Amino acid sequence: MSGPSTYVPGNAFTRWLDARLPIIRLGYDSFVAYPTPRNLNYWWTFGAILSMMLVVQLITGIVLVMHYTPHVSLAFASVEHIMRDVNWGWLIRYMHANGASMFFIAVYVHMFRGMYYGSYKAPREILWILGVVIFLLMMATAFMGYVLPWGQMSFWGATVITSLFGAVPVIGDAIVTWLWGGFSVDNPTLNRFFSLHYLLPFVIVGVVILHVWALHVVGQNNPVGVEVKSEQDTVPFTPYATLKDALGAAVFLLFFSWFLFWVPNFMGHPDNYIEANPLSTPAHIVPEWYFLPFYAILRAIPDKLGGVIAMFGAIAVLFVVPWLDTSKVRSATYRPLYRQFFWILVVVAVLLGWLGSQPAEGSYVIWSQVLTGWYFFHFLVILPVLGKIEKPKAVPESINAAILAKSSTH
Amino acid sequence: MTTMDTAEPSRRDFLYLATGAVGAVGAAAAVWPFIDQMNPDASALALSSIEVDVSAVAPGQIVKVKWRGKPVFIRNRTDEEMAKLAKMDVKGLRDPQTDADRVKKGHENLLVVVGVCTHLGCIPLGHQGDYDGWFCPCHGSVYDASGRIHAGPAPANLPVPPYEFVSDKVVKIG
Amino acid sequence: MTMILSGSKLGRLVGATALAIGLSAAVPAVAEETAVHGPVVEKQSWSFAGPFGRFDKGQLQRGYKVYKEVCSSCHSMKYVAFRTLADDGGPGFSIDEVKALAATIKVQDGPNDTGDMFERPGKPSDRFPSPFANEEAAKAAMNGAAPPDLSLMGKARAVHRGFPWFVFDAFTQYQESGPDYVYALLTGYRDAPHGITCADGLQYNQSFIGGSCIAMPAPLADDMVTYDDGTPGKLQNYARDVAAFLMWAAEPKLEARKSTGLKTVMFLVVLAGLLFFAKRKLWSKVPH
Repeated sequence: MSGPSTYVPGNAFTRWLDARLPIIRLGYDSFVAYPTPRNLNYWWTFGAILSMMLVVQLITGIVLVMHYTPHVSLAFASVEHIMRDVNWGWLIRYMHANGASMFFIAVYVHMFRGMYYGSYKAPREILWILGVVIFLLMMATAFMGYVLPWGQMSFWGATVITSLFGAVPVIGDAIVTWLWGGFSVDNPTLNRFFSLHYLLPFVIVGVVILHVWALHVVGQNNPVGVEVKSEQDTVPFTPYATLKDALGAAVFLLFFSWFLFWVPNFMGHPDNYIEANPLSTPAHIVPEWYFLPFYAILRAIPDKLGGVIAMFGAIAVLFVVPWLDTSKVRSATYRPLYRQFFWILVVVAVLLGWLGSQPAEGSYVIWSQVLTGWYFFHFLVILPVLGKIEKPKAVPESINAAILAKSSTH
Repeated sequence: MTTMDTAEPSRRDFLYLATGAVGAVGAAAAVWPFIDQMNPDASALALSSIEVDVSAVAPGQIVKVKWRGKPVFIRNRTDEEMAKLAKMDVKGLRDPQTDADRVKKGHENLLVVVGVCTHLGCIPLGHQGDYDGWFCPCHGSVYDASGRIHAGPAPANLPVPPYEFVSDKVVKIG
Repeated sequence: MTMILSGSKLGRLVGATALAIGLSAAVPAVAEETAVHGPVVEKQSWSFAGPFGRFDKGQLQRGYKVYKEVCSSCHSMKYVAFRTLADDGGPGFSIDEVKALAATIKVQDGPNDTGDMFERPGKPSDRFPSPFANEEAAKAAMNGAAPPDLSLMGKARAVHRGFPWFVFDAFTQYQESGPDYVYALLTGYRDAPHGITCADGLQYNQSFIGGSCIAMPAPLADDMVTYDDGTPGKLQNYARDVAAFLMWAAEPKLEARKSTGLKTVMFLVVLAGLLFFAKRKLWSKVPH
């Protein structure tokens, strides 16, 4: 895709360096000359937005660690110290807490974009799978990060989620004790979560590099969903995509600012401003909003092990989506039926999220079960069957042809 | 972009330059909170100056207080000690300074010094050494009752911290 | 964005179904809640609400007085230091006033040279004193229910807003459910309605989110605290002022946050505008 490198070192030093470590060439080929389809819409800027958010989380996180104390008797107070005493501490901590939510908003948009335009289909299966791995790592990181302020939701969220592993037959209890490093969530748990919360983002960076590498091998998908065929189909990444990504990022930062500066606790839970108390459970334990659809799936199944399997299954099924979808056509633009089912899935996911925030009783459970059923039905039945029975619309010959057709209708 | 050869900057150039400049200004401004967070925080600054009631320090007594994580000695010198200091030849000292330069006018008998040996940072012991000032147990530096270095490896006198009398009884250090 | 607007019959059907599920799930739950107990919490108007909100210094000073004379006899506020009373964006006491306020308390310090702890007058760097040594002591003294710390009370309580209100809250920047709740609770003591009896030592409160009966006896009443600025000594005023004070205590950087936000957003609007025109210019010669 990228083809032979077109980088020409400009002076003696870069020539010298290029012969020894072609790092400028790598950057040039990847982020300057790299050909991008010229019909990408703004949904494609979320890759850059996600990279930006990863950097924001890393920097704010490293800074917070300079002031945070991972100990059950000091953690909550050290967060308050950050919020009250540390210069700009309130800004950095709210940035990190709301940044996590922004990260997930962006990743969900990014994933649904991939599903709408069939970006997971050959030859982009590995690219997609690496993305799901990043998503899993993000979930683990976010979960452990939420424990660190040591509020009531931190503590009880950690208790509930780690207890899930108790559903594993025979060795379940041993696993839970091992996770805790004791007989309940306590100081050893907080310390190991802190350690791993610091480690995992760097693992994410590593997998992101693989994700970008895989992307640059196969090239970007595009709204039309046909492969790039000639130079007419593409523009160089810089300045075209860079500028568009920068605009997308600036608008996203405005959205981020709204929450960061005016409703910084909207995404959080009031109970997490109460210090953890192992002797008193909040009336209603809810995870962070980005876990709610999966939480709803967990609670939909009236059996502990079954619920855990369903929840992990809901993520595991994403790994095999490239093979479940049998359609030859990528973009939903040319798949009238798939497009409907795609939007149904979006609505199902949102509703599951809402149900996850409600108490697990009465009609909420029934609706969770219906929607959980639909979630799996979508991936396991609709995707394979639809590819066989759907009559796609005529797909343009090339990206350029699609653009010409579009401009002639205007 | 690099092969632009128009002599006059076009509107397009200006637009790109302005965008780049505004972006750079924003990035620079965003960096500041991340630098400033490493400066002493509000709780540390609140303790950066302390007020000490010195009326209870009897003549001949040395009181030790903690200021910015270091000991500060407050010594009420007796008239006898003052007389001894007055007779001392200042010019021959390693770090020549008169006792009057090291105290506040009107409170000459009260000496306030940071209790950290200027050699390698040990804490000297009071009322010890040849001059009955301070003696550092680490490497044997000898200070007089004005905290001036007389013998041993230390290069300078015990430093006088910034302080002022907020009333006749209370000293504000820092 | 245009791709979302592929308005088809099925799409509309999906929307309608979504709404139906939302309603059918919500209605029985709401009915259930009101039957058992519906905390009565009304929105109040606060000077610190909205994008340009600022604290009312007079109100914070009055609220501090109510806290000090009433609340602090049972509740701790261990994360708030006296010095912050003089900080920007706070009650606006002078440094000397803060010194005097801090000096009214006794703080245990030490150990001294002989290894003993000693008491000294408070300094601005000290935090607000706690009435009890620990939670157990508080429980023992207070009929088994420890009064919670008030440092974060402005953010640590909120009434569940439910769908769709919580969605609107993000747009209207509603962040005052904490002080609204505190106000409602402090003014919410009533005679228990028919059918509800509170156990010994508990009081009926129509706004309590933890059930119908609360362990805290009605803490405020008319003419309990004398205001220095002529504000009438009414229960409603006490409740409103102390709720505002608790919001400041929980979020002392609120004013800095909102003003930093305004600057940031103004900057980002300019940057996004420039990027928009630069991008349009650049792409104008490339059909896409």
